[in-house]
Amino acid sequence: MTGHVAAAEAHGSLKGYVTGFVLSVVLTAIPFWLVIAKVFDRPGATAAVLLGFAAVQIVVHMVYFLHMNAKSEGGWSLLALMFTVVLVIIALSGSLWVMYHLNTNMMPPSMPGGPMGGQPDMHNMP
Amino acid sequence: MFDTLDAPAAAASERRFYLPVEHHPENGTLLGFWLYLMSDCLVFACLFAMYGVLGRSYAGGPTGAQLFDLPLVAVNTLLLLLSSITYGFAMLEMQKSRLRGTLAWLVMTGALGAGFIGIELHEFAHLVQEGAGPQRSAFLSSFFTLVGTHGLHVTFGLVWLATLLVQLSQRGLIEANRRRLMCLSMFWHFLDVVWIGVFTFVYLMGVQT
Repeated sequence: MTGHVAAAEAHGSLKGYVTGFVLSVVLTAIPFWLVIAKVFDRPGATAAVLLGFAAVQIVVHMVYFLHMNAKSEGGWSLLALMFTVVLVIIALSGSLWVMYHLNTNMMPPSMPGGPMGGQPDMHNMP
Repeated sequence: MFDTLDAPAAAASERRFYLPVEHHPENGTLLGFWLYLMSDCLVFACLFAMYGVLGRSYAGGPTGAQLFDLPLVAVNTLLLLLSSITYGFAMLEMQKSRLRGTLAWLVMTGALGAGFIGIELHEFAHLVQEGAGPQRSAFLSSFFTLVGTHGLHVTFGLVWLATLLVQLSQRGLIEANRRRLMCLSMFWHFLDVVWIGVFTFVYLMGVQT
C-alpha cells in the first residue's frame, strides 16, 4: 500500500462513506425483514443469522466509518481493539455460560426453574 | 533521525518515505481517545452480558414481544445511521477546510441525533405509562439500563456537538478544533456500532419467543 492510499483511507473519502452507508442499510434492512416477516420457523436459526449480520455490520462500520486499519496510530489502535474484542467475548460468553449453568444445575427443586420446579421462566438464556 | 549526521541524502529520502504515514498530529490525543472508547466498549459489554442473563426474566410481566415496536426501532436505527454519514460528510468538508459546509453537516447530524433521542424518550415514556417501567421485572431493569446508557451517551454527544458548533463559529477550523472534531467523529461512529448490538440483541432477538 502506498503512502497516498493510506492517507486517503485514514481520513475517509466520499466513496468510502457512501459505500459504508449503503452496506449498513442493507445489513440493517435484512435482519429487520427476517424478524418482521418471520422468515425462519426456529428462533435459534433467526438468532444465529441476526448475530452474523450484526458482526458483519460492525466490521463495515469499523472499516468505513472509524477507518480502522493496521496502519492507524502505528498499529496501536488495532491492537487495543483486538484486546478489547477478546475481553468482550470472555465477558459475554463467560457470563451467559456461568449463569445458564447456575440456573439449570444449582436451582433448588422447590424454586421455579429448578429440576422439579414449575415455570421454566428462570431459564434466562436468550 | 540520527542518520542525518552521516547521510543527509539518505535521511531525506527516508523522511519522504515516512512522511505520508505521519498524517496525524503526533500528540497521541486520537490514540488516547480510542483507548477511552475501548474502555467504554467494556462498559457496554458488561451491560450486554447483564441483559443476556436477565433478558428473559419477565417476573410474570410483559415480554419483549409484547412491548417492542419494531417499525419505530427501524426508524430510530435509520436516524442514527443517517447521522453517522452526515458526520462523515462534515469531516470531508473539514478536510477541504470549508467551515460553512462543516457547520451545516454538523447541524444536520445534531438534528438527526436529537430525533433519535426524542423517539427513544417517547418509547421510554410509553413503556412507563403502560406499567412496564424499570422496576417491573429484571428484564425491564436491564433493558432500561442498557438502552438508557446508550441514550445517555448520545445525549452527551449532542452536548459536545453543540459546544463544538460554538467553538467552530468562534475560532474556525483551527488545529485544536480539527482534533476535537476527529474525537467526536470517533465517539459518534462508536455509538452507532453499539446501537447495532442494541437493535440486534435487545430488540430483534427480544421479540423472538
